[in-house]
Amino acid sequence: MPFGITPEIIANLTVILVVFFALQISAAVLVYMERKVAAFVQQRYGPYLVGPRGALQPLADIIKLMFKEELRPKAADKLLFYVAPVLSAVAAFAAFAVVPFGADTTFFGLLDHPIHLAAADVNVGLLIIFAITSMGVYGIVLAGWSSNSKYSLLGGLRSSAQMISYELSYGLSFAAVIMLAGSLSLQQIVGQQAGYWWLFDAVPIPKWFIFVQPLGFLIFLTAGVAETNRAPFDFPEAEQELVAGYHTEYSSMSFALFFLAEYVNMVTVSAVATDLFLGGWHLPFLPEWLGWLAFLIKVFALLFFYIWMRWTLPRYRYDQLMEFGWKWLLPAAVINLLVTAGIVAYWG
Amino acid sequence: MIPEPTLNSYLMLSAVLFAIGTAGVFLRRNLITILLSVEVMLNAVNLTFVAAGRFYHSVEGQIIVFFVMTVAAAEAAVGLAIVIALFRHRESLNPDAFTSLKW
Amino acid sequence: MADMDALLFWVLGAGAIVASLLVIGQRNPMYSVLLLIVSFAALSGLYVLLGAPFVAAIQIIIYAGAIMVLFLFVVMLLNVPTEDPPTGYHARLLGGAGPRRFGAVLSAGLVLELAWALRRLQGAPMPDDAAAVPSSVHAIGVKLFRDYAFAFEATSVLILVAMVGAIVLARKEKS
Repeated sequence: MPFGITPEIIANLTVILVVFFALQISAAVLVYMERKVAAFVQQRYGPYLVGPRGALQPLADIIKLMFKEELRPKAADKLLFYVAPVLSAVAAFAAFAVVPFGADTTFFGLLDHPIHLAAADVNVGLLIIFAITSMGVYGIVLAGWSSNSKYSLLGGLRSSAQMISYELSYGLSFAAVIMLAGSLSLQQIVGQQAGYWWLFDAVPIPKWFIFVQPLGFLIFLTAGVAETNRAPFDFPEAEQELVAGYHTEYSSMSFALFFLAEYVNMVTVSAVATDLFLGGWHLPFLPEWLGWLAFLIKVFALLFFYIWMRWTLPRYRYDQLMEFGWKWLLPAAVINLLVTAGIVAYWG
Repeated sequence: MIPEPTLNSYLMLSAVLFAIGTAGVFLRRNLITILLSVEVMLNAVNLTFVAAGRFYHSVEGQIIVFFVMTVAAAEAAVGLAIVIALFRHRESLNPDAFTSLKW
Repeated sequence: MADMDALLFWVLGAGAIVASLLVIGQRNPMYSVLLLIVSFAALSGLYVLLGAPFVAAIQIIIYAGAIMVLFLFVVMLLNVPTEDPPTGYHARLLGGAGPRRFGAVLSAGLVLELAWALRRLQGAPMPDDAAAVPSSVHAIGVKLFRDYAFAFEATSVLILVAMVGAIVLARKEKS
């Protein structure tokens, strides 16, 4: 092989490309899923004209967005106005880089050693995800500020304040999981969730962390929903409140980038929740090489839950949202952590 | 081909960053930029600690970085609160506007 | 591979220096904050090269992700004007163009002096094996919570005091 390109490098590159394109495709699928699920919740048909049962609707949406005029307010800061959506999208994609989505595989014997099915495998994977999620705040803050419009500024400030407030509960809930698993690497955390226990010697219960950490799972999901500015916590971008919050002044592809960033963030939060609490790619009685399919099913189940929540629950007002985050969720996360620490210290 | 970085290179880089931070504190007439330059100096110090920790095979280099970051966070918070209070008083962020204690 | 590491060191180092120079050279504080974030990212890369992934991650989480957001909020809420040229006798004495250039020259002098002092440590190579430093998160945690537990608790009190202080200082007066 020329230039020392081993089959491993090609395999790794393939995995990276697969992750990249899968994220984009899942964003498109999510657009369709959201509209269909919203429609069924509201007892109407969703999109059904474009393609069979409206399945090509996301394609139509993207083509429409591409052909729209790209507007920029005159007083907007030129550089930051265009950098902000790019920053959001980059942070969203980069956070998925350390998320493993399948068992180690040799691609049916093509490779000598098994490789991890993740774009990159790092020891401190969870910290990296947390770090990149913190960087995602900047896209929103800069979008709000650089649009030079009061709705955008207020929306941007509120949205970023919300995100950094819920980051604390987010971090504390997965600190409890780290304590249980003893490692920061997502690969190893999922590895600990293989196998199953026998309940009453008859019912197999998979060794997923959700059964050991139910409160932690709920806190993680709630904080994740608030982090991605979705469902009952989407005050800053609600149409009835602030026009459209921080992306009021954006149109065409910049808006599409924000949308993409939001959906990819949802996918990342669901994927991390699956890896941490739902056993990743392990499903009892499923062959290992089909693990990625189990992972996909679990992620889409969580995404369905996300969408279901959005169209069912009423929106929190901003001060209710912040009060909930600081006065209820954060103490709950701390108590969860303390109880987990006590149990781990006592029972090992 | 490319010279390998030695401990010297890391310390030099840190010294340059520290000098840049110092220059910022002395030369800028905007309170927020002064605080930012202080952060640059603290980062230079962090780099020195981590590099020295690696050189002396000690993990304490990283532990003290942890403490420096915490102190920097606390200092940035209080410093910015003071800046806000001063701005409310004088509507200006120029340190030369706050001269009422001068003789 | 070592070549790649060396190249990365020079690239990241140059990036950090350029970004820091631009931080102190910008008129608009918003750009200064953003350039400082770029500098932090470069330093984070340098920490990874030094075999300290935990420090690299917390550099991004704490500095770039929290402290700089705080700076951004203040800059945006105060609607910070760009810096005005110096006025007043004292300001012109120390802030005019002449003294500024002299100050820059003195900073360069500081760097040269440090360089001269560092010549003693002539070419001490960095230990090549990262395994020599027990820099895993486990090792850091053990050391932090055993030997430095008191300092750790003291910093938590420090943060609490800083939080209370910041809230009190920035509060609007009820007049």
